[in-house]
Amino acid sequence: MPALLESPVVPTIYEQMQSRGVNRRDFLKFCAWMSAYLGLQESGIAQIARAIETRRRLPVVWMHFQECTCCSESFLRSSHPIVADILLDKLSLDYTETLQAAAGQQAEEVLQDTIKRYRGEYVMLVEGSIPIGADGAYCVVGGKSAIDSVREVAAGAKAIIAWGNCACAGCVQSANPNPTQAMPVKAIIKDKPIIHVQGCPPIAEVMAGVLVHLLTFDRLPQLDALGRPKVFYSARVHDTCYRRPNFDAGLFVETFDDANAKKGYCLYKMGCRGPTTYNACGSLKWNNGTSFPIQSGHPCLGCSEAGFWDNGPFYRRLTNVPGFGIESTADRLGVTALGATAVALAAHAAVTRVRKRDTIGEQPGENAEAAEASRPTPPDGPANPEI
Amino acid sequence: MKSDAMKSECARPAAPAAAPRAFIRVYVWEAPVRLFHWANVACLLTLGATGYLIGSPPAFLTSGDASSGYWFGTVRFVHFLAAYLFVAVMMLRLYWAFAGNKYARWRNFLPLTRQQARDAVQVAKVELLQVSNESLEPMGHNVVAYFTYAGTFLLALFSIVSGFALYAATSQSWFPHLFIRIIPWFGSEYTLRAWHHAALWLFALFVLIHVYLCIYEDYVDGRGAISSMIGGWKFVPRDVAASPQAQGLSGGGRRRRSRAATGGQQPPTAP
Repeated sequence: MPALLESPVVPTIYEQMQSRGVNRRDFLKFCAWMSAYLGLQESGIAQIARAIETRRRLPVVWMHFQECTCCSESFLRSSHPIVADILLDKLSLDYTETLQAAAGQQAEEVLQDTIKRYRGEYVMLVEGSIPIGADGAYCVVGGKSAIDSVREVAAGAKAIIAWGNCACAGCVQSANPNPTQAMPVKAIIKDKPIIHVQGCPPIAEVMAGVLVHLLTFDRLPQLDALGRPKVFYSARVHDTCYRRPNFDAGLFVETFDDANAKKGYCLYKMGCRGPTTYNACGSLKWNNGTSFPIQSGHPCLGCSEAGFWDNGPFYRRLTNVPGFGIESTADRLGVTALGATAVALAAHAAVTRVRKRDTIGEQPGENAEAAEASRPTPPDGPANPEI
Repeated sequence: MKSDAMKSECARPAAPAAAPRAFIRVYVWEAPVRLFHWANVACLLTLGATGYLIGSPPAFLTSGDASSGYWFGTVRFVHFLAAYLFVAVMMLRLYWAFAGNKYARWRNFLPLTRQQARDAVQVAKVELLQVSNESLEPMGHNVVAYFTYAGTFLLALFSIVSGFALYAATSQSWFPHLFIRIIPWFGSEYTLRAWHHAALWLFALFVLIHVYLCIYEDYVDGRGAISSMIGGWKFVPRDVAASPQAQGLSGGGRRRRSRAATGGQQPPTAP
């Protein structure tokens, strides 16, 4: 990478931005935004500014597989307009099916050219899951199955960013019964660092922030146990939710149309997955920081968690237990099991009364009155002086 | 020989015996075991009740200001506090499995010998199917009870590990963070939470059956099973306590006695 970054031929990102008419003030504003998103201290602004001023473009290949393109859509809506500009135009996507002008043969040539020329230097971004069923026939781009493409491109990548729940955990494609055997990237590629940028889609600023981090520090951000950047995914939606005080006070929305919903109480009982969902929705919000689902009165679906589609129904706290029919929650099964056990125990007690009648109650030689009567009289007094 | 003498003493005649069977009081459950038991009861009841409330909070408050109350936070706090106590109680019991008397020893809880398997079959015949009246009369628990408690220990371990893994997100303490590595095994915290919740029902099932069987044993065997939880003493037939087989693994449990009026043959005893 250094050879590429310091090559005098390619202009720096800042130079490219200048040629696009971005003035110094807007540039520094962008750097300040980014350092705030990344949770850096004040000096971080200068670090980002310096990186963008001095570094050359980071070659990026953005692969699309089984997906709805909502990650790309989200990215394009990043709150600061120039984020998308620099990251898409200047950071330079060498290959991305959705946005590139090239098509067909030409597009494939660009891809091959990039992965050969920048071998070991480019970053591979993956959007979408990879189906491995039927030898990968469910997702074929340019005559190549997704699984072959992802292996080929990942082989020369410096790092991989898995965009969204599809690439991180398989999302809806891998929901039960997963007909195409959709897999996340980590199931296919084991030998490359993968940054999991979770969400369906991820928040635009999070996506931009991860890219800027890579660009600025030239290393992976700190990741949690599930490979997600800690800076954005270390807190639960619940912990940053502005409705949290209602949760602690036990003030819950009971139905979507009740007065509590109007008052903005906690959506916990409406199935909100905030308490088990790690994302930055509560702090960064969406659409230029306008709102996020809970603020709009809708419980969190937990879209940045693996398997969230199978944890339904979305509007109840407890998931259905598979294999026990519709509406079978752990609570319902538990109560049923308790009831059945109670009946079985009652039956057992009844059988015991019959079968063990010979051992229950007074046994031969155990009569209390008889024992008392047969007690030998003490020599000095009556048999039972205390009575 | 001695065993023959035992046999004749033990096999009761079909006709009603004139003399009642002599029982002696034996101290089986030492204080730490009893403390463990009742502290465990308190922890499980607290954890179960608060856990259920956390899972399905009732509408105690239906209106008001968030600043005016904190009951749900308190319920959660009590749950977490009881969880720490639960860990302490389990640690005590684990320690006592190595330091306690032989009825409390770890060996009882693990299926190690063929004799335990035979005893388990016999327990099932006598207490569950009730096709036999040749009751084992162990000093401690019977083998099936020991194995069930081993299973319950595993359930407790799962509840502790999963609970603290879920709790880690809201804690700065090192202890809950020991367990967060298990979250990826379950896919997501939500799934883990569902399993943690399911454990509540398994505990409820255990408690129901456990309490029933305690009453059953006290009622049918008449050896003071329930009072032994408080004082530690059980009542054991003098002949069982004196038998050489009583020196076995879980004490006493090697000897069978026919308690039915019809009598029964002496089954083979453990070598």
